Amino acid sequence: MNPFSFFIEIVQVATLLGLAPLFIGWVRMLKCWTQGRSSASILQPYMDLAKLFRKNVVLAENASWVFRFTPYLVFCTAVLAGGIIPILSVDLPFAPTADVIVLVGLFATARFFTALAGMDIGTAFGGMGSSREMTIASLAEPAMLMSIFTVSLANKSTSIAQIVQVIYSGQSVLRPSLAFAFFAFILITLTETGRIPVDNPATHLELTMIHEAMILEYSGRHLALIEWASMMKLFLFVMLGIACFAPWGIAESVDIVTVLYAFIFMVLKLGIVGAGLILIETGLAKMRLFRLTEFLGAAFLMATLGMLSFFILE
Amino acid sequence: MSLQVAAQINSFLAAIVLLTAFAMLMQRRVYGLIHLFTWQGLFLSINTAIVGYVANRHHLYISSILTLSLKVILLPYILHMLIIKLKIHKEVETVVNSSFTMFIGIALVIFSYYLTAPVTELSTSITRSTLAVALATVMIGLLMMITRRHAVTQIIGFLAMENGLFFAATSATYGMPLVVELGVALDVLIAAFIFGIFFFHIHTTFDSLDVDQMARLKEGD
Repeated sequence: MNPFSFFIEIVQVATLLGLAPLFIGWVRMLKCWTQGRSSASILQPYMDLAKLFRKNVVLAENASWVFRFTPYLVFCTAVLAGGIIPILSVDLPFAPTADVIVLVGLFATARFFTALAGMDIGTAFGGMGSSREMTIASLAEPAMLMSIFTVSLANKSTSIAQIVQVIYSGQSVLRPSLAFAFFAFILITLTETGRIPVDNPATHLELTMIHEAMILEYSGRHLALIEWASMMKLFLFVMLGIACFAPWGIAESVDIVTVLYAFIFMVLKLGIVGAGLILIETGLAKMRLFRLTEFLGAAFLMATLGMLSFFILE
Repeated sequence: MSLQVAAQINSFLAAIVLLTAFAMLMQRRVYGLIHLFTWQGLFLSINTAIVGYVANRHHLYISSILTLSLKVILLPYILHMLIIKLKIHKEVETVVNSSFTMFIGIALVIFSYYLTAPVTELSTSITRSTLAVALATVMIGLLMMITRRHAVTQIIGFLAMENGLFFAATSATYGMPLVVELGVALDVLIAAFIFGIFFFHIHTTFDSLDVDQMARLKEGD
């Protein structure tokens, strides 16, 4: 363990914090273009965050410590996850401490506290949002774990850094199990990050909102932290997908040049993934809540078929 | 094309065939169902051609072309004309308990894997691992016939079963003798015509293709 890899770790977390709003800005910009609107600047999410940080916090009278604690916890889990997923380099000091199952656990913790905070104030919307979120989580998490188990089986490790290295050394390209796991992962990413067929991140329409309903009572820096964390969550899911299915570009050795290349590759991939995401979003309409069981059932089916085809065909 | 690459393409196509089988199990629209059936036939035909190339069995090319012309062009065309003539091309079927059906489907895949494992141990052909997928496709076609109420859907389930059997023959023994294959192809074609006539009769008698209607014995209520 050399001190330089600690430096890379810090750079990586800084990249996560800095680029997550930019990625959201890029996605929103593309969305505007596809809908024929003129878009806000790509830097708009930064300005939104800065504005929210400057504002005062308005707390409900009966808010408990859970409500005040949740934004910090959600933010910290996102940053922690950024220390585990190989974004720039696989040689991270934090990577051996946690594998991909812990990562799912981290996201689940953040979700658990968000749901609690949604119910804490006692407004109708918060409770409704929490109940919807947990319904979806109970369906999405098995599919997520199944997809991740398939990837872990195919690459013989649950550590993401290890998975990346196995993919680098592997020869076989056409693996049906990984293809299935990949499609399942796309569906789960759309669900977990609240994108269009599941949740619409752009509206506060009471009948359809899920994530927005839970955080409706937040304001000021609390809201800023939660918004930032949800931007990071999308970024992290994209990075997790890249690390598990298309890691080419992530630095294996720790020197400044390869990490620089890794950074350039990462930005390119983010641009492409953003375009793909918008392609999916413009092509689909938001689903009715009760149709989501089928959507997530399909994700689970894909992941399970991936695992089965690993045993049967490989 | 090396043997290794061919085997990989073969198992990849097998996975896609299995996926289309599941998609057919879930699909509600008659129109989409026919499209999925067409895709399944296409992947099957490509797979047969690849197996024929790898195993150096040239009669598989003929059965590949036969599959292509029959299951990708002719049968979908007949079904297509049929549902347009019967004016049911926009019909949406209610699938009861689709997630439960899906789980049964997954269980069937595991079951057929378990069933074919001894055969796979003994076989030496490169396509031996796809036998489980072929058997699963047959069973999912059967499941589709059981769970669906619509006559057209049941027929497509039947044809999907036939696809699975053909796939099984290709992967287990590099295809059936050509005479048998020609006979089966002719049978399926004739069956499709007969189904068409039956559809017309059912439709004119019951004014619907829902087979539940046929459980009533008396006319009127």
